[in-house]
Amino acid sequence: MIDPASRRDEIGHLVLEDGKVREFLAGEAPARFDGQVISAEGMWVVPGLIDMHVHLRDPGYEWKEDIVSGTRAAAAGGFTSVACMANTNPVDDSPEVVRYIMGKARREGFANVFPVAAVTRGLEGKEMADFSELADAGAVAFSDDGKPVENPLLFRRAMEYVRPFGYRILSHAEDHVLAGGGAAHEGWTARRLGIPGIPSAAEEVAIARDILIARQVGGKLHIQHISTKMGVDRLPMARGAGVDVTGETAPHSVPQTAAALEGYEMNAKMNPPLRGEDDRMAILEGIQDGTIDAIACDHAPHESYVKKCEFATAANGIVGLQTSLPLSLSLLAGGKVDPARLVDLLSAGPARILGLRGKGTLADGADADVTIVDPEVEWEFGPGEVLSKSKNSPFLGWKMRGRAAATICGGRVRHSTLDGVSPDA
Amino acid sequence: MEWHRRHVLGLSDFRPEEMEFVIDTARSMEEVLTRDIKKVPALRGKTVVNLFFEASTRTRTSFEMAGKRLSADVVNFSSGTSSVAKGETLLDTARNIEAMKPNILVVRHSASGAALFLSRHVSCSIINAGDGANEHPSQGLLDLYTILKAKGKIAGLKIAIVGDILHSRVVRSDLHSLGRMGAKLWLCGPAPLVPREMERTGAVVTGDIREAVRGADVIIMLRIQLERQKTAYFPSLREYSRMYGLNREVFSLAKDDAVIMHPGPINRGVELSDELADCERSLVLRQVESGVAVRMALLYLLAGGSHVAH
Repeated sequence: MIDPASRRDEIGHLVLEDGKVREFLAGEAPARFDGQVISAEGMWVVPGLIDMHVHLRDPGYEWKEDIVSGTRAAAAGGFTSVACMANTNPVDDSPEVVRYIMGKARREGFANVFPVAAVTRGLEGKEMADFSELADAGAVAFSDDGKPVENPLLFRRAMEYVRPFGYRILSHAEDHVLAGGGAAHEGWTARRLGIPGIPSAAEEVAIARDILIARQVGGKLHIQHISTKMGVDRLPMARGAGVDVTGETAPHSVPQTAAALEGYEMNAKMNPPLRGEDDRMAILEGIQDGTIDAIACDHAPHESYVKKCEFATAANGIVGLQTSLPLSLSLLAGGKVDPARLVDLLSAGPARILGLRGKGTLADGADADVTIVDPEVEWEFGPGEVLSKSKNSPFLGWKMRGRAAATICGGRVRHSTLDGVSPDA
Repeated sequence: MEWHRRHVLGLSDFRPEEMEFVIDTARSMEEVLTRDIKKVPALRGKTVVNLFFEASTRTRTSFEMAGKRLSADVVNFSSGTSSVAKGETLLDTARNIEAMKPNILVVRHSASGAALFLSRHVSCSIINAGDGANEHPSQGLLDLYTILKAKGKIAGLKIAIVGDILHSRVVRSDLHSLGRMGAKLWLCGPAPLVPREMERTGAVVTGDIREAVRGADVIIMLRIQLERQKTAYFPSLREYSRMYGLNREVFSLAKDDAVIMHPGPINRGVELSDELADCERSLVLRQVESGVAVRMALLYLLAGGSHVAH
């Protein structure tokens, strides 16, 4: 069992009871135990993984994904919890939408779903959403994600207003004006292919702005999907100045750079874009040294025809829930990231950032959300494996190493590849 | 040499001998154009569709003329008169045209990569007639051919390309055609329109037109694409013309036998002074002539036509 939150890394038996962790027994098995026993010899038993940045497209875009298919993909990828963004239709800016998402997830889902509600009504960047009502309905944080609050005064007011309540604002840090309608990282590959570039500065300027505003007014800030070196570098600087800022990065930038755009590869189109090798190295370093707090995949399902078109108009984003864990596990190869650090990034970190009580740990009394990771198994991510409604992944056909052997959510087995262990009805 | 290509999407993967082969073919096409009856039956029974999703008069006319000189049936499709305005996807439009069994689609589109994308999804041949800021291979070849005719060689020439490098598909094809044949290329323009990354092509990048033109054998002036400038890349046309326009005085720094080219249409008095546009060293109209011959060659080679009747 690896549980960085309680600083444990031991072999033994984890006892789950009534949807909670009863206790962990180191060493020998208990003499007598009435209940299902799952053997995970040679594997890791870790707190259920949490992806704090997904798009479930429900309500409104259910042909791309819905709460059922999205959480099924999550469970298969080892995730027991996901936090979903507000760009649904209607936008998640009202308690009705929050309750709809949570209710459907509870009744039909395969993982816990924590809604991240909008910062501004309709994601329009004009008026603040009703934060307390949304939080009371169950929203765990606030974000305008893909349509970041452009007006710095409004962003300041939002940070300032929510500060006494302790809500965190998650920022897709991008200066849209500076991004200038770009479609790929501004660098050699985009120049050669004649694709309008998104300069790194579009992200860096926005991160700096958000941090400086947070320094001015306080509050909790989180930077989503950091993609640039200078972006990563801003975090220690801000923390040194007393800013409560956390940051996430995406697993798809572990193995790839903007070079993946070659041939106008539609599944290399995302926002923030895949960036240069310097950026990739800085992100790996940030993952390693603790600057980055979480890995989140920005799961963005799209039907085929919005990807099967000219590059400039193709939709941004890729599905990621089923490949996040194996791509993250690839970080172990260099020996610079240890398993406990990885579990922190994929579970304890997001739980801390979002303030999810009972999640991200296997301490006694925690929720019985458990992922059993087989770090060695080799498998291929073939089209038949995709559980999302959408298949927009650049990793189709990739040979992967490591995956979730079983996913247990609230004490129920929601996914299993283990012999003799089948998912609970 | 054997011709194996099914599409001409760009010059990025063209070997020098392939380019020479196209030019040789264009030479025999040009001979046809000197005859009284400027038409051969090489592509009789073949259909060429000009699929133009972006406004263009000269390129479309040039391809149309090329097709007709070879006796192909040429059909023009432009987005203004099509279902694209009704929201049809690029792929659906192309597949609908393809279902009518053309042999060659000549595609012009505002998005980089559009021709490559279509080539993956349709079965007929595709000629890229310009895709966004990516490539314009027939222009790259006609520029090569025009310079060869004027100078007799490419290797060792200093060729300056001045203007909006950032958005230019002509540059991205010329870099391959002229660069691969051994020219020394200089790229010049206002810094926001000349990405520093372009140095990785092997070209010299400069913001000083005098430096670019000094001792040059060929000067290619690019159109300032006013319609593309959503945000200003430079202060004004007046300032542009003063800093990056080619006039008598700047042109005097070039070699005595230097020539001027322009892919057209020219903004007279902006990138090129009125007198230079019409001077005896301007090859602008020769480029247009070469264009028909090169496009005849491409259509001919892609249609697998037998041989040109002499």
